[in-house]
Amino acid sequence: MNTSSPHPTSPHLQIYRLPLSALLSVTHRASGVFLAIAALLLIWALVALAGGPESWESTRTLLQSWIGQLFLLGLTFALYFHFCNGIRHLFWDVGKGFEVETVDKTAKLAIVVSIVLTIATWVVALNVE
Amino acid sequence: MAEFSLPANSVVKQGKTHKAAEGVKNIRRFIVYRYDPDSGENPHTDTYEVDMDTCGPMVLDALLKIKDQMDSSLSLRRSCREGICGSCSMNIDGANTLACTKAISDIKGDVKIYPLPHQPVVKDLVSDLTNFYAQYASVEPWMKTDTAAPPDCERLQSKEDRELLDGLYECILCACCSTSCPSYWWNSDRYLGPAALLNAYRWIVDSRDEAAGERLDDLEDPFKLYRCHTIMNCAKVCPKGLNPARAIAETKKLLVQRKM
Repeated sequence: MNTSSPHPTSPHLQIYRLPLSALLSVTHRASGVFLAIAALLLIWALVALAGGPESWESTRTLLQSWIGQLFLLGLTFALYFHFCNGIRHLFWDVGKGFEVETVDKTAKLAIVVSIVLTIATWVVALNVE
Repeated sequence: MAEFSLPANSVVKQGKTHKAAEGVKNIRRFIVYRYDPDSGENPHTDTYEVDMDTCGPMVLDALLKIKDQMDSSLSLRRSCREGICGSCSMNIDGANTLACTKAISDIKGDVKIYPLPHQPVVKDLVSDLTNFYAQYASVEPWMKTDTAAPPDCERLQSKEDRELLDGLYECILCACCSTSCPSYWWNSDRYLGPAALLNAYRWIVDSRDEAAGERLDDLEDPFKLYRCHTIMNCAKVCPKGLNPARAIAETKKLLVQRKM
């Protein structure tokens, strides 16, 4: 709490074995922050698109570089994960799915579904080109 | 702002190892957090090699064996030794629980024992729960009424109304849940934490209590209640199998419902 206390603070993050549900909670927040930043970059891409073929070409090149592709892959997963885990939160908001076993099951489900949707999206996207 | 690392005076150092007597075959290593307020030194971990052939099955048995036979300076709280009193709550093998109901055989490898996380440490495994108890008191955990009690009997309750309190009244205030909650770690000065909120809900849904409205008014606060982000650590660790996260969600629902 306060560092001026004569008492030491007991270890927390350093020693706690966070369960899967807690790891997903952190990931939910991190993916939310990432998506907010990515939304700004989307605007930047749209501005480049509006600027004509030349400005779009440079953005396109950047997005097709390995770092751009990695970013887009991360974006796809963050979007699907935040969406799937967000559905868990909607159920919790109406008071459903609080049993410890259910929490574990829906956690695994959210991970699996977001991975499957990410792969599916990339399979479609890569075949369109 | 959340501080993810420990302040300089709280960083845990390596301590010494108390070896088992020669010839002891069945050894488990217990790595225990130690802090001596009189030493002026940082906390450290001591390692104790315990003879499991002469030790009871629970972590509390091992801690008391250590205190009785290996190192009498070890401090811990304990009382009932059967999961009723909530005194021996601590962090064992990375999760909060009661030492008296945690079987040593359930733990793989060395048994790591720390005080309840992110609390001021008084000595060794004894943490200062003043703030935790003050938060419990702040929800006014007693029956409040305006109407007079019936002259010839207690305030009665239907079987169904009584059942609403199951899963709530059993709380023993061991603080396992609150001190497992990252939200409580970062905001325990303003967030009430799962234990106090479960107890607040216990009185809100009690059919005999007549102060539900003001109880909800008191909780309608960005920090007191709404720092719960459904991380679910509380329900995972409760040694009584209660679900504070659900009680908090039900409280949030009541706050929405009364506006509609």
